[in-house]
Amino acid sequence: MTMQASMSARQRRESQIMLAHGGGGQLTDELISSLVLPRLGNAVLGDLLDSGILPGGRLALSIDSYVVQPLQFPGGDIGRLAVCGTVNDLAVCGATPRGIALSLILTEGLEKSVLETVLDSIRLAAEEAGVGVVTGDTKVVGRGQGDGIFITTAGVGEVECPQRLHPDQVSPGDVLLISGAIADHGLAVMLAREMPQVTSVLRSDVAPLNAMIAQLLREVPQVVFMRDPTRGGLACVAADLAARSGWNITLDEAAIPIHEHALHAAEMLGLDPLEVANEGKVVVVVRPEFADAALRTLQSHPLGREARIIGVVENQKDGLCELRTLIGGRRILQKPYGEQLPRIC
Amino acid sequence: MTAPPSASSRYEQSRAWIDRLHAAAPRLGRPVSFMEVCGTHTVNAFRSGLHSLMPENVSLLSGPGCPVCVTSQGDIDQIIEVTSRPRVTLCTYGDMIRVTGQSGSLETARSAGARVKVVYSAMDAVNIADQNRDQQVVFAAVGFETTTPATAAAVMEAERRGLTNFTVLASHKLIIPAMQALLNSGKVNIDGFLCPGHVSVILGSEAFRCICDEYSLPCVIAGFEDAEIACGLARLTELVADGTVGLENCYANIVSPRGNRVAQMMIDHVFQPADVVWRALGVLPQSGLVLRPRYALFDARVRFELRRMESPEPAGCRCGDVITGRCKPGDCKLFGSACTPVYPVGPCMVSSEGACQAWFKYHRHHRDRKAVPV
Repeated sequence: MTMQASMSARQRRESQIMLAHGGGGQLTDELISSLVLPRLGNAVLGDLLDSGILPGGRLALSIDSYVVQPLQFPGGDIGRLAVCGTVNDLAVCGATPRGIALSLILTEGLEKSVLETVLDSIRLAAEEAGVGVVTGDTKVVGRGQGDGIFITTAGVGEVECPQRLHPDQVSPGDVLLISGAIADHGLAVMLAREMPQVTSVLRSDVAPLNAMIAQLLREVPQVVFMRDPTRGGLACVAADLAARSGWNITLDEAAIPIHEHALHAAEMLGLDPLEVANEGKVVVVVRPEFADAALRTLQSHPLGREARIIGVVENQKDGLCELRTLIGGRRILQKPYGEQLPRIC
Repeated sequence: MTAPPSASSRYEQSRAWIDRLHAAAPRLGRPVSFMEVCGTHTVNAFRSGLHSLMPENVSLLSGPGCPVCVTSQGDIDQIIEVTSRPRVTLCTYGDMIRVTGQSGSLETARSAGARVKVVYSAMDAVNIADQNRDQQVVFAAVGFETTTPATAAAVMEAERRGLTNFTVLASHKLIIPAMQALLNSGKVNIDGFLCPGHVSVILGSEAFRCICDEYSLPCVIAGFEDAEIACGLARLTELVADGTVGLENCYANIVSPRGNRVAQMMIDHVFQPADVVWRALGVLPQSGLVLRPRYALFDARVRFELRRMESPEPAGCRCGDVITGRCKPGDCKLFGSACTPVYPVGPCMVSSEGACQAWFKYHRHHRDRKAVPV
């Protein structure tokens, strides 16, 4: 292949949307920075937080679409996911969810019983989060144009915490915590999709985190930043925080909680658990002298029992995240590229 | 399945072997290089941080062990070409999706409308063919002796089910001829092989005896956990320090001397050895596997009359040198600038088992850093 041919392959990659553009990793970033921000960018959007904090600082707005397959998976379904995802995106920005807007895109031929199950699960999750579905929309597309149910939820929340939660607030010495074991959600879904014949105790962790986060912010106001490690997993959040704050971050692999059955599943699926999605976990960055208090508060909540201190912000400015490995080595932890591709053997 | 050892016991086992590695290293009296010929060793040595813990005079080079990386450019173009045929669904392992050919990759072909599916096993492809009889399902099969038995089983199962819409586009390779070709080339200077655990399960440890005897090089078979790789490297270092040439099996709970006879018979039943093209190594005699004439019905090259393509490798790309231990990924001018995991030029940057991707992903800033003993 000549260099010219290789350039044309690259141009082709640049001219089309590929699945990997939706993976939440480096290619998603590139799509946002090269196509979206130049056209739509403004001071709020440019912050690229999980919610937009509206001018005035008192209201937060967030939106997310859900296209998961299978619609039902161990531990949850697309309905619960759609509520929790948006509630959590508000909560990590310090906002109390006040209302959810729900948009359903249904495919012709969908069994009504499936929709009923999903709607029931939306109701239960919303009750759990203490928020109502206050408006909505329904569309139906022809067979083959959708995949059963696509859901979009938007959420509005009131920002009640006084401090600014932002990567630019992070400074050397700050401590990173995670509220529990990683990778259960992504692995449960992948296993249900790719190996339905395999039975496992693995269950998605999908849950609304707003109550736990509100308690944390009340008891430990020295929290400086939070993010829920969804697509791209813990690796994505840590690498992104290092890049955006500019400070190096070191995570301690031995401290990162992970269930044994998740390790097995990741091994079988050829995936790195650090890069796998969570839907009921939050990464918290807190001033060092309040790390233990934050840990105690998280662990006192049922959703945070397995919380751990997992890393620290270093006084070094390369914007890199490093992992101190189980055997005491060091290696880079970077944002995944995009689509999760299993290894060959 | 056995439970994985707890974090602390993994740490202790690994540390014990790393300490032995460091204890033996000063006795070498010179720098030595070992070569791993297995993609899983490549990626796990980086992912576990083992590279950052190596003694200064011991280095680990990547050999031709990543299945995607050794697949010739012509084979990759053939795989992409077949997706443009009518009613074809191409199934393959995940790592193949992003390898760039002359006109894009399977990923770009898929976004342009080609039917491309990632499967976990060859049998998944057979099932897809069974459930979609109006489609021609082509399984692009790559890999060494580890994945070949599964391809053989898939072909036998497709025949048993009477499927006329399932074919295999095989680029299976044999590891021993590649190791021999590498050593015969005289261009690579290594002091021993870290031999692949998975391949050895099928071949048996004795398969590597010829390398050990003919080239007077120590060979150590190791598993894939951090402690197992550290064990393999420690034993190689000790063998060289003692001046001993030997074949050692550090994975003996899994690998037997003669290997898995059933798997070997299945390979032999469906495939026959042939001269095939390798990236960087060119045509190596009797180094690959093609379907036997008895299974021609299941050969995609026959079904679709695919012509062998002679495609040049990407200009400036040194994947060939990387997988033959002649340079490290960082020595390639494209590395990290024109070639990154997001925009890869060569297959070693595409495959998660490729040396370039592992180096870029886990190690790139360690280039000039010395090991820090803990």
